[in-house]
Amino acid sequence: MTADFAGLLDPSVAERILGRALASGGDFAEVFAERRGGLTMAIDESRIEAVQSGAEQGAGVRVVSGATTYFAHVDGLDPADLERAAGEAAAALRGQRAEPRPLRTREPMPLPIERRPEQVPGSRKAALLRELDEHGRGEGGEIFQLRASYAEGRREVAIANSEGLLTGDDRTRVRIGVQAVARRGDRAETGAETLGGHRGYELLEEDPGEIARGAARKALTLLDAVPAPAGAMPVVVGGGFGGVLFHEMTGHGLEADHVQKDASVYAGRLDEQVAQPLLTAYDDGRLAGEWGSEGIDDEGTPTQKTEVIAGGRLTSFLYDRITASRDGVASTGNGRRESFRHLPIPRMTNTYIAPGDAEPQAMIGEVRRGFYAVSFGGGQVDPATGDFVFGVSEGYLIENGRVTAPCRGATLIGNCLDALGAIDAVGNDFWMKTGICGKGGQRVPVGTGQGHVRIAKMTVGGTEV
Amino acid sequence: MREGAERAVEAALACGAGDAEAYASEATRREVRAHGGKVESLGAATQRGLGVRAWIEGRVGYAYGTDLSRQGVAEIAERAVGMARLADPDEFAAPPAAAGEPPPLEGLSDPGIAAWPTDRVAELALAVERAALDRDDRVRGVEQAVYSDSVEQVAIVGSRGTGGEYEASSCYAYTQALAGEGAGSETGLGFGVGRAPGSLDPAAIGREAADRAVGMIGSVKPSSRSCPVILDETVAASFVDLIGKALSADAVQRGRSPFASLLGERVAADAFVLRDDGLLPDGFGSAPVDAEGVPHRRTPLIEAGTLRTFLHDTYTARRAGAASTGNAGRTGYRAPPGVAASNLVVNPGTPDGGELREEVGDGVEVTDVAGLHSGVNPVTGIFSVGASGRAIRGGEPAEPLREFTIAGDLVSMLRSVRAAGATSRWVPFGGSVSTPPLLIGEMTVAGS
Repeated sequence: MTADFAGLLDPSVAERILGRALASGGDFAEVFAERRGGLTMAIDESRIEAVQSGAEQGAGVRVVSGATTYFAHVDGLDPADLERAAGEAAAALRGQRAEPRPLRTREPMPLPIERRPEQVPGSRKAALLRELDEHGRGEGGEIFQLRASYAEGRREVAIANSEGLLTGDDRTRVRIGVQAVARRGDRAETGAETLGGHRGYELLEEDPGEIARGAARKALTLLDAVPAPAGAMPVVVGGGFGGVLFHEMTGHGLEADHVQKDASVYAGRLDEQVAQPLLTAYDDGRLAGEWGSEGIDDEGTPTQKTEVIAGGRLTSFLYDRITASRDGVASTGNGRRESFRHLPIPRMTNTYIAPGDAEPQAMIGEVRRGFYAVSFGGGQVDPATGDFVFGVSEGYLIENGRVTAPCRGATLIGNCLDALGAIDAVGNDFWMKTGICGKGGQRVPVGTGQGHVRIAKMTVGGTEV
Repeated sequence: MREGAERAVEAALACGAGDAEAYASEATRREVRAHGGKVESLGAATQRGLGVRAWIEGRVGYAYGTDLSRQGVAEIAERAVGMARLADPDEFAAPPAAAGEPPPLEGLSDPGIAAWPTDRVAELALAVERAALDRDDRVRGVEQAVYSDSVEQVAIVGSRGTGGEYEASSCYAYTQALAGEGAGSETGLGFGVGRAPGSLDPAAIGREAADRAVGMIGSVKPSSRSCPVILDETVAASFVDLIGKALSADAVQRGRSPFASLLGERVAADAFVLRDDGLLPDGFGSAPVDAEGVPHRRTPLIEAGTLRTFLHDTYTARRAGAASTGNAGRTGYRAPPGVAASNLVVNPGTPDGGELREEVGDGVEVTDVAGLHSGVNPVTGIFSVGASGRAIRGGEPAEPLREFTIAGDLVSMLRSVRAAGATSRWVPFGGSVSTPPLLIGEMTVAGS
């Protein structure tokens, strides 16, 4: 980015807007300008379709006064429109004018991108999708439908606030996803895989075909699946997207907005032993190339690696500016927003359980009768009650220490604190996967990760009572 | 609005599209979030955007943007044509043919919304929170009480003389109450929807949240078994929304629907009657035309237990040799049209709540489900989702239940609907659904 932040926000314009925003008082004002664009396309029924391109720019202005935030946003970056937005945000305030501090530029340090996706011809991306289609269908004649999608997106942001901060970021992400459907007689099963990162097109130049083959193999495996068991039993969770379990059952409850409203089961438990000593976990917005990484959060705070659980002890919540100032701590760089049309709130970036020392084979070998949840379709938690639920997309029975029949239709259900405390083994393997997390009507990219993790007792909700 | 859309269509044709369609929208939105007797945030915005679909001999491309200057519109149109050149041809891809005038549809926009300045709607959000707190001493607080409204204008212009224009207003308020005795919290949602804030009852919304949260205090895990289950209106609506997605002809044609081979077959008990209805003034999915300008209508989907039709847009109708049912939907200018229900309406039956429980005898009433997006296989309809609710014993409500799952498959579930309750409610989560509670003869409940 150049000195005027890629044409997003001229420093003198920013100062004028901040002054306008505080014209009727307020403790804090901020302008967030953004240019966002992207391309998506898909292959379905072996035909390239759903080719779409988007380009938007706009800005959001907020004024914080006491416990209240006033917010307005506009499409486009015309300085007159931005000033109007500042006026709208301040419209309800009746106080004395406050003066913003002079802006001082903090040079943006965006995460590096090797190969800008928008410079790769569209025909190459179409060829990639055809390759995925062939690889997936090549796994077996029972694959009868396959949809693969490609998405690239770029967000350039500039942030100025009344405390004198002026900075920016430039974020590029690419992601591919494959969903395969296998059919045998009147049985049909699906398998899905994704690959994505805060990366350029270089991410897709290794072996993207493996994503398609993996999705197809999952669907084919499930054709032989038996109905999932129902009841409480030991559960071994796979690595990578298995980390969504920790994201849901702990990560959301650590977001400081839930905590401060006493709407989290983790409220008041800082420094308490919430898990066994073998568990250590982080939220890390700086992991190189990962899907949830960014140079700064959407309030201009540099992202960081935050230890949230150390040896089973709860060590930190996840903060944005407002919640941090309420607790008298520094923001942990977790103030994120979907776009300039949204207010920042505490959100996870890449959240993961650090690798432990257990051998995954041995973790399964010690289970007489249990369930092996390799991956999930997704999950949901109510941070206030701690109740969570996960849909298992690939799962197997464990019988006498061996992985046996694949299962369909399984759900894991439980309560956060119970399940977290019941983690009795963490594997020495580790990898990350991509997710899209929804909260308060805002969707942001997040990374989840872990190695194999075993929970001594958890409820599997299947159909076999 | 209309002018920008017309310019976009002309621009797309000028740079090589055989056909083009533009969708322009402008929305004014407000949102108030209240907590602890104070306004936590207050937002206001006007949002404009344009989406252009271009066809070049069966190749379809789409582009959108927010720059509605003359140059910006031309650039969006040009990108749409560029996108079409990357797509493969599809013999069924074509814009809708010109249809007659859509039926007049009154009541989509309530000018009463203008009489509610921001401080008055902020007071409404605060009143929702107060009502929840005042209802019961065991209510500790609310996570947030939210009020939101929007007034949106839409113009659709197609190169074959199709299109439409309308304005719609909508508002909603909700709160999530927190209740408990001793350690642990329970949550409960209360909500209301309308065309203008005057039709919302803040006291009723707060009370509903409080009652749901307090009702869960002392909840236990049920034992695993098969039993009759009542789905309350909100839970029934979530399932009806899933059924609507499975009845999309697009899902059917791509082999991804459990209903794919069931057209004209028995798919439900007689007690379950479902239609799509884009012309009900109360439904948030209502408009004179669908997302590609085809007039909305009423379409019976399941009657006398039989699957009458799938939901069609222009593409799926051409592919099936049928007529569009006016079911092109879109989430806004950022997404191209695709098959979607407008409003799904389940016919109410005769039994009231007490009579439904009597009919159950011993079973479970489900008042909340979680994990629907991950717990349902859309291809097979097999589902297993997290649930909470209340036990029913001897026809009477008994202890609250939590942390269990309900499992089955969508078609079997519809075939075992034993009764629909007497009172329907509009539920706007996901899609727009109006449904009464449903009594399912048998379902798998997995707890301890």
